[in-house]
Amino acid sequence: MHYVTTKAKQNHIHVIRERCKGCSFCVEFCPQHILYQTTETNAKGYQLIAVADQDKCTGCGMCSRVCPEFAIFVETPDGKQ
Amino acid sequence: MSSKGQITGEFFLSGDEACAEGALAAGCRFFAGYPITPATEIAETMSERLPEVGGTYIQMEDELGSMAAVLGAAWGGVKAMTATSGPGFSLMMENIGLGIMLETPCVVVDMQRAGPSTGLPTLTGQGDMMQARWGSHGSYSIIALSPSSPQELFDLTIKAFNLSEKYRLPVLVMSEEAIGHMYEKVTIPPVDAIKLTPRRKPNVPPREYLPYVADDDLVPPMAIAGEGYRFHITGLTHDERGYPANSAEAQDKLVRRLVDKIDKNRDSIIEVAESGIEGADVVVCSYGISARVSAIAIERARALGIQVGMLRLITVWPFPEKRVREIAARIRAFVVPEINYGQMVLEVERAACGRARTILVPHMGGAVHDPETILDAIKQAAK
Amino acid sequence: MKTTAMASIGTHPLDEYLRADRLPHIWCPGCGLGTVLGATLRAIGRAGLDTEKTVMVSGIGCTGRAAGYVKLDSFHVTHGRALPFATGLKLANPDLKIIVFSGDGDLTAIGGNHLIHTARRNIDMTVICVNNFIYGMTGGQLGPTTPEQGRTTTSRAGNIEKPFNIPRLVAAAGGTYLARWTTAHVRQMERAFVEAMQKKGFSFVEVISPCPTYYGRMNEQATGLDQMRYYRYNSVVKHGANLDEVDISLNGPIIVGKFIDTEKPYLPAPKAKNGK
Repeated sequence: MHYVTTKAKQNHIHVIRERCKGCSFCVEFCPQHILYQTTETNAKGYQLIAVADQDKCTGCGMCSRVCPEFAIFVETPDGKQ
Repeated sequence: MSSKGQITGEFFLSGDEACAEGALAAGCRFFAGYPITPATEIAETMSERLPEVGGTYIQMEDELGSMAAVLGAAWGGVKAMTATSGPGFSLMMENIGLGIMLETPCVVVDMQRAGPSTGLPTLTGQGDMMQARWGSHGSYSIIALSPSSPQELFDLTIKAFNLSEKYRLPVLVMSEEAIGHMYEKVTIPPVDAIKLTPRRKPNVPPREYLPYVADDDLVPPMAIAGEGYRFHITGLTHDERGYPANSAEAQDKLVRRLVDKIDKNRDSIIEVAESGIEGADVVVCSYGISARVSAIAIERARALGIQVGMLRLITVWPFPEKRVREIAARIRAFVVPEINYGQMVLEVERAACGRARTILVPHMGGAVHDPETILDAIKQAAK
Repeated sequence: MKTTAMASIGTHPLDEYLRADRLPHIWCPGCGLGTVLGATLRAIGRAGLDTEKTVMVSGIGCTGRAAGYVKLDSFHVTHGRALPFATGLKLANPDLKIIVFSGDGDLTAIGGNHLIHTARRNIDMTVICVNNFIYGMTGGQLGPTTPEQGRTTTSRAGNIEKPFNIPRLVAAAGGTYLARWTTAHVRQMERAFVEAMQKKGFSFVEVISPCPTYYGRMNEQATGLDQMRYYRYNSVVKHGANLDEVDISLNGPIIVGKFIDTEKPYLPAPKAKNGK
């Protein structure tokens, strides 16, 4: 049994802002090309990643797997990636 | 700890064999080592006897790996040891330092031979005594014991394991080829007559456990791997959580505790054997095989009417400086025979603080002293 | 995919395996170590390992810092000595599941002797060797895996030494499982880790990983992304490849895949049924 605090009907990408170091691996490896680097910075000065179009996310989890910072993950209807 | 395979009774053993049996009697169940004269027989005996008591022997590819494996085994929950001689002792220094830093109970036996370097592999020496204290880099304290007979090698190996568990550090047994290859009667008591110090286990549940929160005696309880404590430990300077702590403050706190946990408990650790100190003009201060040879010289000196006492160091580190200082105030001179060009004599001189002369009787190694040379020094000291 | 009992926004699904109080970690932006670590943690979950009995041992170097980030019994030991330390742990308690996570310098330079002997003995453990072709922690010196002509702070005119072909070295020594992947091959790497963890005997996975700050910057691949792209488009998957042909040259192809997957007696030997 598992619980999620929000029941995502579709996939939802979460970026943990304070962990992101703006390396852009996720941007590169997203097969849907829906991630991009912004000019917004976190407290450490790294330029954050944002999601261009959540609806196109297939929940493949490539972003989460390729991220070296444990800074991005996808919430899918059947759990987190 | 099972007593299956442990022996009891009177035996005619070499020092190396006695050391191995002492380790087994202490509950040692892991040996990782590398053959080196004159400690090889300890490894050979352990390779045969450990499986008999349910333990594990592994011959590692070198002494660096041996010491690392000993530490790993200790963290895996077993009492572990290795045995070597000078060249291997040098190789083990880095991981002895790791053992100190991680606060790992284990025993390292150095069967000294003449050095430096390859030296005289089959002949005795006592040239590693300062290395025992200072061989690894950084500031730390160490416990080192010096037996004078195969029986004492048996007894002190047990004591070494007990001290290592009590104070959580590698304890050194500094013996010599002369004792290691000497055959004498060794009495092995029955298992239940041997007092063993158990490992100090955590007294809080895993969720609350921090690996380096010390008890009042400055020693932290020790969790072992695989029991759910999920601790992280590192050779980097660390805080009570075990995490690397990159600051002078953390360094101060940690190093002081590592040194103080031995130095502040020295009265419970230090052991010496004394004879004839009361009323003595001269005291022979020695250890290991040299103490045995000194006994002959002392007997001859007393026969000549010289008031000479014996202070035999059983713990060489921490050094019994308080006792030496006390004695120094009441005698003319210390005579320090050792099979090196002067190592423990430096400690005697330091502790004596100029209150008594300190006369070194050196021997470069390869044999034990001729008692006459020690007698000459005693006569000179008595003048 | 296992989930935590209570999920909340902002808590990464791998946080149950991590000392999250120590994140963000010290590794540079674009360093691949976090990616390899993430794959390792996912593999621990997928392999069904008991995390109370899973232990990580690491050596010195950037890769060695990984042990400090995992919420397992973990040991950050001396340079090159992770393998013998792990050997002692495993022999003392064969129920432990040991993962050695260390770098190319730690495992093949100073630790080289221990590497070949631990493989020779076929000690049951999983070894993840992160190869970034450089000594990162000390500021970018060459190592035994730096490609010929590779520029480092101790080979500014280009490395004149031939590097190790790690898979060939390990295969010659022993072991039951051998694979190489890169950080661009996240799913394959994770699968290889699962197989290695479930395999009895010495299981070794080399992972090519970016070091942007030193190796990349000095060899015209200045960002982690540059190196990731290079791995992605220059890797050739050749399972069971002839190991004489998997050397890595500067800007050359990287042969990846599963090279060895076999059964052999291992140590510590399992107890026979009668408990002896």
